[in-house]
Amino acid sequence: MTMIMGIDFLVLMKQEWMVIAILFILLFIKVSGDDWQNENILKLVNILMFINLMTGFFGYRDGILFNEMFKTNHLIVTEKNILSLGTFIISLQSYSWLKNNKQVIEFYLLLLSTLLGMFFMISAGNLLMFYLGLELSSIPLAALANFDLEKRKSGEAAFKFIISSAFASGLLLFGISLVYGTTGTLTLSGISEHLDGSPLQILAFILLISGFGFKISAVPFHLWTADVYEGSPVTVTSYFSVISKGSVLFVFVTVLYTAFKSYAVTWNHILFIISVFTMVTGNLFAIRQNNLKRFLAFSSISQVGFILIGMSGQSQAGTASVVYFILIYTFSNLGAFGVISLVSAYSGKENIEEYRAFYKTNPRLSWVLAISLFSLAGIPPTAGFFGKFFLLMAGAGQGNYLLITIAALNMVVSLYYYLKIIKAIFMDTNENPIDKLLTPPSPKLALIICTTGIILTGFIGYIYEYIYSMSTIF
Amino acid sequence: MLLSLLIILPLLTALAILFCKGLKQVRIVSLIGASAQFIFSFGVLFEYWKERASGNTAQFLFDFNISWFESLHIHYHVGIDGISLAMILLTAFVVIAGILVSWTQETLHQEFFLLLIILSAGAYGYFISLDLFTLFFFLELAVIPKFMLIGIWGSGKKEYSAMKLALMLMAGSALVFVGLMGLYFSTGINGAHSFDLLEISQMHISTSVQNTFFPFAFIGFGIFAALFPFHTWVPDGHSSAPTAASMFLAGISMKLGGYGCLRVATYLMPDAAHRYSPVIILLSTVAIIYGAFATMMQKDLKYINAYSSVSHCGFVLLGIGMLTQTSITGAVLQMVSHGLMTALFFAAIGMIYSRTHTRMTEQLGGLLKVLPFISTVFVIAGLCSLGLPGLSGFVAEVTVFMGSWQNPDQWYRLATILACASIVVTAVYILRAAGKSVMGPIRNRQYDHLTDAHWNERLAAGILVTGIVAIGVAPFWLYDLITPGTEYIIQQVGKAITLK
Repeated sequence: MTMIMGIDFLVLMKQEWMVIAILFILLFIKVSGDDWQNENILKLVNILMFINLMTGFFGYRDGILFNEMFKTNHLIVTEKNILSLGTFIISLQSYSWLKNNKQVIEFYLLLLSTLLGMFFMISAGNLLMFYLGLELSSIPLAALANFDLEKRKSGEAAFKFIISSAFASGLLLFGISLVYGTTGTLTLSGISEHLDGSPLQILAFILLISGFGFKISAVPFHLWTADVYEGSPVTVTSYFSVISKGSVLFVFVTVLYTAFKSYAVTWNHILFIISVFTMVTGNLFAIRQNNLKRFLAFSSISQVGFILIGMSGQSQAGTASVVYFILIYTFSNLGAFGVISLVSAYSGKENIEEYRAFYKTNPRLSWVLAISLFSLAGIPPTAGFFGKFFLLMAGAGQGNYLLITIAALNMVVSLYYYLKIIKAIFMDTNENPIDKLLTPPSPKLALIICTTGIILTGFIGYIYEYIYSMSTIF
Repeated sequence: MLLSLLIILPLLTALAILFCKGLKQVRIVSLIGASAQFIFSFGVLFEYWKERASGNTAQFLFDFNISWFESLHIHYHVGIDGISLAMILLTAFVVIAGILVSWTQETLHQEFFLLLIILSAGAYGYFISLDLFTLFFFLELAVIPKFMLIGIWGSGKKEYSAMKLALMLMAGSALVFVGLMGLYFSTGINGAHSFDLLEISQMHISTSVQNTFFPFAFIGFGIFAALFPFHTWVPDGHSSAPTAASMFLAGISMKLGGYGCLRVATYLMPDAAHRYSPVIILLSTVAIIYGAFATMMQKDLKYINAYSSVSHCGFVLLGIGMLTQTSITGAVLQMVSHGLMTALFFAAIGMIYSRTHTRMTEQLGGLLKVLPFISTVFVIAGLCSLGLPGLSGFVAEVTVFMGSWQNPDQWYRLATILACASIVVTAVYILRAAGKSVMGPIRNRQYDHLTDAHWNERLAAGILVTGIVAIGVAPFWLYDLITPGTEYIIQQVGKAITLK
C-alpha cells in the first residue's frame, strides 16, 4: 500500500517535481561557484524548461493526495502545460535582456519558484493549500518586478505590487476564515455541501471575489496594474500579464464552479457587473496610453473582462472557453511582448510614437507584432477570433444578451487602439525610425512558436474539443 | 470539395506571392491566380448548369459538410445556389480587373497584392458559406485588409478614412454577432444548437426571438451595405482608397452586406423581416434620395461615385425590404450590376487620376480628345449607372421597381415612386460629371501629351464592360440563375405570413 502511495506521489506531482529538480540544478550551479558563461546557463535553462514542458504531456493520471490538499486531473495538467509553455516562451524571449545580466540564476530561481507556487495553487483542493501556493507565487514576483536594479521605477513597481498583493491576500484570508467559520471545512468539495446562504457566507464569498479580483486586476481592483507593468522589466511584465493572471483565472474558475456552484445566480450577476466595468475601463484607459507596456497593461485588463464573460457561462462550455482563450492569449500577448522586449533591449524605446515607420526597417517583426495585436483584438483568421467568439458564446448561453452586446461593442473600441499601433507601424512616417534589429536565435524561436500558435490554434478544432472534453470534471 | 477550391486557390496564390521577388513576378503570379479563379468560377457555373439540367433540384448544390468544432456544432459547410453563384462570378470579374489596374503598383507591391488576394479569399469564402460561423469568419476576415489597403496606399485623409471604415464595419459585425448568437441559442433541440443555415431555415424560430434579433443582424449587415444612416464610411473609404481597393470595396465588400441581409436576416427571420419591412423601406428610400442629392453636390469624381453607390445600394435594400420575388431578384441583379458598374467607374477614375493627378471635375475637361478609350469607359460606366437600356443597370433597377410595385400597399408604392424619381437626379449628376470632365474643350494644355490606356487597363475595362453588356443585353441567363434561389426565400416569407 505504501509502495503504491509512493509511486502515486511521484507520478501525480510529476510537474512539480520537474520544476523542483530544475530549481535544485540551478541552485547547485550557483553554490558550486563555477564560472558559467551566461549564454551557457541560458541554454541549459531553456533545455530544462523544454523538458519540463514535454513531461507535462506524458503519463496523465487523475488523483488526489494528502486529504484533497493536492488533486490533479486532465484539465489541471493541461492548465499547467499552458503555464509551462508560456514560461518557456518567456524564458526564450528574455535571452537578449539576460545575456549580460549578472544575476541570471537568481532570475530563474525566482521565476521557477513562482511557477511552482502556481502549480500548487492550481492543484489545490483546499483553500489553505490554495493560499499557500498563491503566496509562493506572488512574493518572488515582487522580487522579479524589482529586477532592473538600476531603475527607480522598477523598485517602485515592486513595492506597489507587494503592498497591493498583501492587501489582496489579506482579503482572501479573511474570506477563507469566514468560510471556515460558517462551513467548518476548507476543502472545495466540502464547502459546496455546506453552503446555506447565510449573510456571513455571502460576506466571505464577496471577500474571496475581491481577493481574486485583485490578482486578475479586474476593475475596480485594477489600480496597481499599470504602474507595476510599466516599472517592471518587459520580460517580467509579460510574465505578470500572462502567466500570473492566467493561473489565478484557472483557480477562479475552479473555485466558482466547484465550491460555490450553488451561488451561481449570485456570481453571475457579480461577474456581469465586474466584466462590464473591466472591459469599459480597460478600453477607455488603453486608448490614452503612449507607453506600450502601460498600453498592454490596460488592454490586458479589458481582456480579463472578456474572460469573465466566458466564466459566467454554463460550466462546461464556460470552463473550456476560458482555458482555450488563455492558451490563445498566451500566444498573442507573448508575441506582442516578444517584439517589444526585443526593441526595448536594443534601443530602450517603448513609446508608440517611437514605433512609427517600424515596418520600413523591420518588416518581419512588424508582421509578428501586427498578427499578435490582431489576435488580441479578435480578428480572423488569427486564433484570437476563435477565442473571443467562444468566450462570448459561452456567456450568451446564459441568455444574457445585454452583456454580449456590450462586449461586442467593446471589441470595436478595442480594435481602435490596436489599429492605432498598426497605423503607427505601417502608415506613419518617421525620420528617426528604430534601427534594423538582428533577432538572436532563441527570441526568434519564441516568436515563431507564438506566430504558429496564433495562426494554427483556431483552425485545429481538435484543440478546443480536447479542452472541452476535459472540462466535465466539475 | 469542389467549392473549397474557391478559397484554396487564392490562398495558394497568396502563398506564392510571399515567395516572389520584384513587382514583375508578384503581378504575374497574382494575375495567374486571379485568372485561374476566373476560369474556375465559370467552370463552377457550367457544372451548376449541368447539375440543374440533370434534374438536381436541391436548394444548394455541391454541398460539403465537415465538423469543425463538434461540441459547439460548428461546421465547415459550403454549398451554392444561384444567388451565391452570381456573387461568386461578380467577385471573379472584379478581382481580375482589380489586379490588372494595379499593374504598375510600385510601392510595397508584394504586400499590396497579398492583401488584395486575401480580401478576395474572404469574399469567396463568405459567399459559399452555409454555416453562420464560417460566414461570420469570412465577413470579418475582409475588414482588416481593407484598413491596410486604404491606410497604406490611399490618398487624401487616408488614415481617418481607414480607421472610420474599419471601426464602422467592425461595429456592423459586432451587431451581426449578437444576431447570430440569438439565432443560435433559439435553435435548441435538446440543447443541440445549430449554426447551419439549412437547419435553421427549416425550424420555426419564435416570433419574439426574431423580432429581437432581426434588427441586430439586419443593421449589422446593413452597415456593410451602406444602410442609411450608417453609410458614412462609404464616401470617405472609397475616395481615400487606391483604385483597386475602391473597386474591391464597392464591387465586392458592399455586396457582402446585401447578401447577408438577404441570406441571413431575411431568409432565417422571415416573420421579423415582414414586420420591419416598412422601416427598411423607409431607410432605403431615404438612402436612395439622399445619396442622389448628395452626389449632386460633389466635385471629386471618386466622391461622386461613392455617394452614388449609397444611392444604388439603397435599391438593393429596397428590393429586399419589399419582399416580393421580383423585387428580391431585382436586388440580387442590382448587386451584380452595381458591383460591375462601380468597379468599372472606379477603374476609369483611377486611370484618369494616374494621368492627370486630379479628380476634380472642374479641372478636368475634354479628356475624350486625348484619352478616348478611358473616357469612353467612363461614359459607359456612367450610362450604366443612370440606367440606360442595354446595360445592366437598367435591367436591375427595372426589376426592383416592378417587384416593388407588386406590393399593393399605397405607402410602399409611394416609396417606389420616390425611388424611381431619383433616377432623374442620377441622370443629372452623371451627365454633368461626364460633360464637365470628358466633353468640351481641353482645359489644361498639359493634358495634350497624355497617353491613352495601356493593354492591362484596356483588358480590365474590357472584362467589366463585357459583364455589364452581357447582363444588359441578355439578362435571362442571370435571371434564371437567381430565381430558384429567391423562390426559397419567398417561400420562407410566405410561410411566415400564413402562420400568422
